Amino acid sequence: MSILERQVPGVVMTPDNIRSRKLPVVTNVLVAVAAFAVAAVVVLGTGIGNWVLAVVVGAVLYLVGLYFAAGRVEGRRAAKNRTMQALIYSACVLAILPLASVVWTLVSKGIERLDANFFSTSMNNIGARDPLGGAYHAIIGTLEQVGIATLMAVPLGVLGAIYLVEYGRGKFAGTVRFFVDVMTGIPSIVAGLFILSFWVLIVSPWFNDGQPRFSGFAASLALAVLMLPTIVRSTEEMLRLVPGPLREGSYALGVPQWKTILKVVLPTALPGIVTGVMLAVARAAGETAPVLLVAGGAAAINFDPFGGNQQSLSLFVYQQAGDASRYAPARAWTAALTLVALVLILTIAAKLLARRNKLSR
Amino acid sequence: MAKRIEASNVSSYYGSFKAIDSVSMTVEPKTITALIGPSGCGKSTFLRSINRMHEVLPGARIEGRLTIDDQNIYDPDVDVTAVRRMIGMVFQRPNPFPTMSIYENAVAGLKLNGVKKKSLLDEAAEKSLRSANLWDEVKDRLDRPGAGLSGGQQQRLCIARTIAVEPQVVLMDEPCSALDPISTLAIEDLMFKLKDRFTIIIVTHNMQQAARVSDKTGFFSIDKTGDPGRLIEYDDTQKIFSNPSQRKTEDYITGRFG
Amino acid sequence: MGDYPSRSVNATAGDLGVTPRHAQGAGYGNSPSNYNEPPLGGGGALPKKTRFSIETGFRGLSTAAGAMVLVIIVAIAVFLISKAVPALQANNASFLTELTWFPNDTEPVFGIAALAFGTVLSSIIALIVAVPIALSIALFLSHYAPRRLATPLGFVIDLLAAVPSVVFGLWGRDVFQEPVRDFSIWLNEYFGWIPLFGGEGPFGQSIMLGGLVLAIMVLPIVTSLSREVFQQTPGMNEEAALALGATRWEMIRTAVLPYGKPGVIAAVMLGLGRALGETIALALTLSIAFKINVNLIENGGNSIAANIANAFGEANETGRGALIASGLVLFVITLVVNMTARAIIYRRREFRDSAA
Repeated sequence: MSILERQVPGVVMTPDNIRSRKLPVVTNVLVAVAAFAVAAVVVLGTGIGNWVLAVVVGAVLYLVGLYFAAGRVEGRRAAKNRTMQALIYSACVLAILPLASVVWTLVSKGIERLDANFFSTSMNNIGARDPLGGAYHAIIGTLEQVGIATLMAVPLGVLGAIYLVEYGRGKFAGTVRFFVDVMTGIPSIVAGLFILSFWVLIVSPWFNDGQPRFSGFAASLALAVLMLPTIVRSTEEMLRLVPGPLREGSYALGVPQWKTILKVVLPTALPGIVTGVMLAVARAAGETAPVLLVAGGAAAINFDPFGGNQQSLSLFVYQQAGDASRYAPARAWTAALTLVALVLILTIAAKLLARRNKLSR
Repeated sequence: MAKRIEASNVSSYYGSFKAIDSVSMTVEPKTITALIGPSGCGKSTFLRSINRMHEVLPGARIEGRLTIDDQNIYDPDVDVTAVRRMIGMVFQRPNPFPTMSIYENAVAGLKLNGVKKKSLLDEAAEKSLRSANLWDEVKDRLDRPGAGLSGGQQQRLCIARTIAVEPQVVLMDEPCSALDPISTLAIEDLMFKLKDRFTIIIVTHNMQQAARVSDKTGFFSIDKTGDPGRLIEYDDTQKIFSNPSQRKTEDYITGRFG
Repeated sequence: MGDYPSRSVNATAGDLGVTPRHAQGAGYGNSPSNYNEPPLGGGGALPKKTRFSIETGFRGLSTAAGAMVLVIIVAIAVFLISKAVPALQANNASFLTELTWFPNDTEPVFGIAALAFGTVLSSIIALIVAVPIALSIALFLSHYAPRRLATPLGFVIDLLAAVPSVVFGLWGRDVFQEPVRDFSIWLNEYFGWIPLFGGEGPFGQSIMLGGLVLAIMVLPIVTSLSREVFQQTPGMNEEAALALGATRWEMIRTAVLPYGKPGVIAAVMLGLGRALGETIALALTLSIAFKINVNLIENGGNSIAANIANAFGEANETGRGALIASGLVLFVITLVVNMTARAIIYRRREFRDSAA
């Protein structure tokens, strides 16, 4: 007599009986109907809540009922399996609701001001009673700030990754790699404060008669700080995927290491690096806090990233959200829609590029 | 304990690809049956069909009848988990659970099946580890991670884990291909010992191994890549290796294949 | 489960093995410092020297770029401290225990206590809500959903992780606030005897709203990280569990969850880091109050980051210093959280590599 049979009779199936009863679909549906009916009667009948509570209570009752019904028919293990599956599925539904609401609101409220005027005017001389006004200046600001930040972060990040993959050995490289990872988690507001105390308060007065000065460039610096670790990490991963024989082939021809890296390794990894950069750019374009702290925001168009306050799209959303004008929310939502579109286009393009790249490999 | 397995016209598919075509064979209780053949001929697929592990892969399905003591294990009302517990499986690469100790690995199957009593688990752990010829090597370090053992020991731990739930049939999918010769011999010794209690089916690439351990041998082959594998010949091991009735079998075992 | 993505993990492991080999080749083949004796082939010394200089130059440049990361982290600490210290010296209260925030007064009084409390509380709410759901979705994507559904769904989750926080904040304030207020009123009516849900109102712009918005924001991040971890479970361990007769849930409990545990902990920590540092979403959803209060549903709540965004506009020099001081506290907290998370991941990676 096996240990299993001695210990849990009934659960163990004898060799002659590998058959099991399955919970009929009808029973399953019946349990569901009963659960929701009971919930509706109790919740709505006693008036302790509305239909939302009834649905929630119904779902809980259904899960409990399913567990016991399945437990009687199929056994405890199968019942647990079934209930966990139901729980996992319901968690997914639960999560989809708010996320779908975000998308729906974004689109439905965002198209209200999605007109030519919005993309061709700034907020200059737009008072609380003016229904018009747009985000042209903010779009300019976002493009300039993110563009300059990319110009700074990409060479630094790619070189840093080259160090980690090609040259870095021992403890120092390990430390750098560790802190690159840690740096990805630095809050954007801290990066903003860093540039505030370093660039705006200490460096910028040298160029501005001793007065601290906000600028789009300061925002670029803060965004570059945020982009750097992301770019290093993704580039590092891509460089590691370059096959060793490719490099060895180049070395065997007598090509020095730096030339091999520039002429062989980097071009091979380029599509992957571009993907990583685009993801970092998308992330930076959505940052609000650092821009608020060091670029200050502005109502008028300012093309000069070094010359005083500048706006950005995300900051525009935030400021319009806090604006008392009754036309402000529509502007905020349309700007949010524009921002999300920009970020998602970048992200999707990056992911598609990554996928195509993977296929060709 | 040991059971007879009968396959009649078993065909297995991966999506639209037919991996094996119409295999029929009968495996007697308390014997060792070896399945040999070139790579990709479907012998592993057939083995995985016997305990319904084949269907774990997406798109995989099977046609035909596979019975264990006259019960079709592919009947719709059959409990897959019961089938798999009755027909245990040892894999090509040793795969002890990396997060578990040796002891926990040995009794993992019993715990899954609801055995909680410590004394019973202890008893089962010792019994199965002894059956797997591993007890003397690990009895002082049962709480150490299973992944810390050598490859051969890990594979014997996996065998212990499989036989702890006391199956009727043990399937082995190239259990020695990742092991050195000494560990291989240890596993082969173990198979002889287990033959008293279990029906064993082993897939192997090693023809000497098939000749050494098995009572009966089945030879699988394919005509060309993309074709389904077929059971060419199934007979007593002695006959297969001395006087096969099929030309293809003879070509393969004498090394004239492909 | 035959999860093919796990194969790609092995592929990367293989690639990692390639790098040292190449590195060795590089060292022997090219680093001129290894040539102590004159080459037998009579290779000219002149080209070797030029190569030497460019090589070291490039090496130095990339090393400097790598070191930049350390420089920046140190610089963040140094500059924040340098700007925070004067304000802290001007402070007339204890920075660590004071609740209120009046750094712009002639007699500045400000402290981090209420802010830190709000930061931690909102993040904890976010994690309590988000983590179980995120793990469920991750399991759904890795082990329940058919591949045809899992791939696009995973893609959508990744996209949601990229949506800027200001959008979530705006949504929380304009849309989500109403159901949360209704829910708060209901909670207050039936569970008002619990201090968490007590109070007189008004309800809505509460720490609960902020926490829930944060939960929705960290959900995609935790989901996509843990999904990756779950997919890395070795297929052979999953098969071993199934072959022992485990049901799907038992297989997950035996093979997937224990294997993924360190990775999941790290994912949660990274989510926590994100929630702690979140600024704009909380600045838009909380109504500012400077007190330590366990009531979740009454208007109020605050966090370090949200306070910086809110108070920055009117801050004078001491005020700015005070905000920078609070940012320094946030920096230290997130640094600790992130370092812990990374340390866990690193230990796990070593464990995995040594086992392979």
